[in-house]
Amino acid sequence: MRLDGRFGRFGGTYVPEILVPALEQLEAAFLDAQEDDAFEAELVDLLVNYAGRPTPLTRCRNLPGTIYLKREDLLHGGAHKTNQVLAQGLLAKRMGKKRLIAETGAGQHGVATAIVGALLGFETVIYMGAEDVERQALNVFRIRLMGADVVPVESGGRTLKDAINEALRDWSASFEHTHYLLGTAAGPHPFPTMVREFQRVIGREARAQIVEQSGRLPDAVIACVGGGSNAIGLFADFIPDDVRLIGVEAAGRGLAGAEHGATLLRGRPGILHGAETYVLQDADGQIADTWSVSAGLDYPAVGPEHAHLMETGRAQYVGATDGEALAAFKALAMSEGILCAFESAHAVAHALKIAEEEPDAILVVGLSGRGDKDVAQAEKLLSA
Amino acid sequence: MSRYARSFELLRTRGEGAFGAFLMLGDPDCQTSALLLDTLVEGGADMIEVGIPFSDPVADGPVIQAAAKRALESGVRVEDCFGLIAKFRAKHPDVPVGILTYANLVVSRPGFMRDAAEAGADSLLIADVPQLETEPFAQEMVQAGLEPVLIAAANTPRETLRRIARLSRGYTYCVSRAGITGTHADGEFDRSLVQRLKDEGAPPPVFGFGISEPGHVRSALHAGAAGVICGSAIVRLAQEAEQPGRRIAEFVSAMKAATAQPAAVD
Repeated sequence: MRLDGRFGRFGGTYVPEILVPALEQLEAAFLDAQEDDAFEAELVDLLVNYAGRPTPLTRCRNLPGTIYLKREDLLHGGAHKTNQVLAQGLLAKRMGKKRLIAETGAGQHGVATAIVGALLGFETVIYMGAEDVERQALNVFRIRLMGADVVPVESGGRTLKDAINEALRDWSASFEHTHYLLGTAAGPHPFPTMVREFQRVIGREARAQIVEQSGRLPDAVIACVGGGSNAIGLFADFIPDDVRLIGVEAAGRGLAGAEHGATLLRGRPGILHGAETYVLQDADGQIADTWSVSAGLDYPAVGPEHAHLMETGRAQYVGATDGEALAAFKALAMSEGILCAFESAHAVAHALKIAEEEPDAILVVGLSGRGDKDVAQAEKLLSA
Repeated sequence: MSRYARSFELLRTRGEGAFGAFLMLGDPDCQTSALLLDTLVEGGADMIEVGIPFSDPVADGPVIQAAAKRALESGVRVEDCFGLIAKFRAKHPDVPVGILTYANLVVSRPGFMRDAAEAGADSLLIADVPQLETEPFAQEMVQAGLEPVLIAAANTPRETLRRIARLSRGYTYCVSRAGITGTHADGEFDRSLVQRLKDEGAPPPVFGFGISEPGHVRSALHAGAAGVICGSAIVRLAQEAEQPGRRIAEFVSAMKAATAQPAAVD
């Protein structure tokens, strides 16, 4: 490896030896592409003319306080995932791979990977926990419509964690012709660094837009954190600024119990899926089953850079419960006419709390995805 | 001299390769595990490899995954696994015992290595710690009295093999084909990997992954290996056979018989 892949004491490359050469090949392709104007030009063309960048920064008209939404929900595919998937798709081409595999939780990363598979001509296989296949049926259908296979994973808690396990197993046997298109800023090096760089565009645009629209930097930037890719993408360009960075984890049915996905708030350091990071686990180190109403935040580890940002105090991490997220989902729909993803609703929920305490604070909220996938579940939950 | 070194030396004088047999500890419960461990030795296994079950075994195929799941569902804790090793060690003072497990158990449970060594384990292989990340783990193992075992794959570059040779003891776990445990090796074993390891002075090369019949044992030894480790095939018998003890004893003894090959020596 050319980089050490560490964020303070977190990160690293904890994978079976057989996968190390594949990760080294990926790191080399990534670093070379970073220096290559032709790669950059092709990526920018796709981001602008295919995916619809830049995305707007929308000031909420009716919600309390001063809340701006970074509208990744308007990106092609319906979530921020498309940014980095296009970039990794181009890298896979450069490496001569013929097949893409990916894990997905809410299905947004699966959709994004199916998009790039169709666009760039890859055979595409999406691993998805069987529980998530049931609760995100719309996205499963979208993935299949674009020609990708969805493999339901029956092991463990049948969610995102188990889908990653299965994708890693596939990759261990297939890396020669297959690229593992990991969907978040977690996993072994180089994924956390690479995904951050490919998602950095969110914060770069948001920073310029907020200065243009409000005349100054925001007081706080808020994003939901599952694996943490939309949060790190939004945070990255604000890290050197005097701006509060707040990540919102899934507090599920409450932080007092075990039914949540609040890795940074309730986990402890460990090693999972290739990285040293915070992990929800028992005393022996067995990984805990997690819960969140949002499949995309239902994950017992977190990107290692977030663990580092928390331990160094540069970012703060809080939780929003299922109920708070659902209320924010509804409030955003009723007040602003925007149906956001349940994941993004966690960030909105925390922004509403701050807006109440500090009505003058300028808040930039990452609206990481749109809520079409969640409307059936929302109808059930809100009418219950 | 370590148990591994003594065992390999003894086998060499007899013109035999080592037959390593794997079981998942606590599958389906501790009592059965203890009986089957004895069965492996009675059947002729030269060294025993034991899995400590982890909830997310990414390097394992369906058979070993299911075994870990059964063990965890029966409530087996890491402590119980060390108890099984200690009991085995008391009965079989000379048989090398290696632990195969995953990084999170080792880093998250305080005193994992110390307790493993005290129970009588000889070596530790952490499936998701490649050579790149091994150095601090290997140092801690040696301090605790465990021999670090690393995996060398057919695609592992020369420079990495050199560092594996420097950091590891006991034996070198060789993987011929890409994939996870139970992946079929089709009886093909990479002679050049064995040669490269020998050139670098690595501990004795032993092939794992997909060893399921006596022919595989002969091919692996013919490729220059010092032995083989058989996992999924034994775990499958433990789960499926009507009289697992008898079937495992027969299977191990047939596999062990295939290690009597002159080609193992050079």
